[in-house]
Amino acid sequence: MIMKNRSLVSIDDFTTKEILKILDLTEEFEKVPTQRLLEGKVVATLFFEPSTRTRLSFESAINRLGGKIIGFSDAANSSVSKGETLNDTIRTVNNYCDLIVMRHPIEGSARFASEIATVPIINAGDGANQHPSQTLLDLYSIRKTQGTLENLNIFMVGDLKYGRTVHSLMMAMSRWKATFNFISPEELKMPDEFKLYLENLGLKYYEHNDFTDIISKADIIYMTRVQKERFSDPIEYEKVKNVYVLKDSMLKNTKSNMRILHPLPRVNEIHQDVDRNPKAYYFEQALNGVYTRQAILCSLLGIK
Amino acid sequence: MKEPKQLSVSAIQNGTVIDHVPAKNLFKVIQILGLDHIDNQITFGTNLESKKLGRKAIIKISGLYFQDEDINRIALVAPDAKLNIIRDYEVVEKKVVEVPDVIVGIAKCMNPKCITNYEHVTTKFKVVSKKNVALKCHYCEKITNQENLHII
Repeated sequence: MIMKNRSLVSIDDFTTKEILKILDLTEEFEKVPTQRLLEGKVVATLFFEPSTRTRLSFESAINRLGGKIIGFSDAANSSVSKGETLNDTIRTVNNYCDLIVMRHPIEGSARFASEIATVPIINAGDGANQHPSQTLLDLYSIRKTQGTLENLNIFMVGDLKYGRTVHSLMMAMSRWKATFNFISPEELKMPDEFKLYLENLGLKYYEHNDFTDIISKADIIYMTRVQKERFSDPIEYEKVKNVYVLKDSMLKNTKSNMRILHPLPRVNEIHQDVDRNPKAYYFEQALNGVYTRQAILCSLLGIK
Repeated sequence: MKEPKQLSVSAIQNGTVIDHVPAKNLFKVIQILGLDHIDNQITFGTNLESKKLGRKAIIKISGLYFQDEDINRIALVAPDAKLNIIRDYEVVEKKVVEVPDVIVGIAKCMNPKCITNYEHVTTKFKVVSKKNVALKCHYCEKITNQENLHII
């Protein structure tokens, strides 16, 4: 189990044992967040498309570890705007740093980068494909709030068709025999390939078109945003836009251990009155993202 | 020495005969095997009648024998192809093609947002289904199936 000098492109790159090791390390960073383990190291954060949350979370993690950051937050501020290929950008930046964190709109760009770079690459999102540090922080949040990852009842709500976070999390949680409940409009249902994946593993899943009392069975409710631009027919969007909104009154009969997660940013899918409910966990989840990224950075650099 | 039968494409003394190639994919097979860049004598016939394929093509290459991994590269476009290895006009061995586990540099990823369609990257796929060919892109992880398969 050597993670040193490896890249993290897809959650499937890591074995269950390796994932658990990162979660354990995350726990250590939660206890002692400021540890100057990256002193003298330079980390490049290359954000070819804007992403405030992920970038700030990584940069906060690097800063707390005492590392230095170089990079850009928008392709318009880089040589890409002059027509440079990704190949050339990576080969060049590779010379300037010890690790590259990269977000890029093109799918497969992170895998490609990991093949040409000699330093580790952390995929911070490649189009609609993978975003493994989000999956790891989701796993950490689930384990922390539930005390285990085994045999949980996971509810996923909203855009289950295009949401890469739900796909990755679903596949990751299937390692621990989860049961899944999918709540989404017809147009944004979980794609067949993922349902087939669960069927092949013998795992149970249930599909619903709206919120019902069924959520009383949930251990985790993972909310996502239903985006207007995903609908071919704007009338369809108008019909469903308020159906997938979680309100505090709906949480009365839910289990005491139940927690609500959301990759953020939220728009209106979780009513603000939920924020005061102790079952709302999405802001803590975002904080866990910093500890998780500290753990990933140190693992790939072979420091911990 | 045997008298060759009346053939649409004349017999070869030594080499490889690739039969049961779908007529529409003849030139793809030629391209994949790089037959357009070699000096060997090659004869081919196309749009020949075939009970199985409707219209088939046949390629005869003199003085050339293929490794299995090379010939399996044509499995995507000619899954029913049969090879006859010819020595002194006699068929000394018959081979069928098999879809390999990994396909490198032959197929195009169908995902327009895949890096392989933007930068100079050799495509690479894991074959996730051999019967109804389904290829999982090594880069974007999307599936390209038989209907959407384009040979580069």
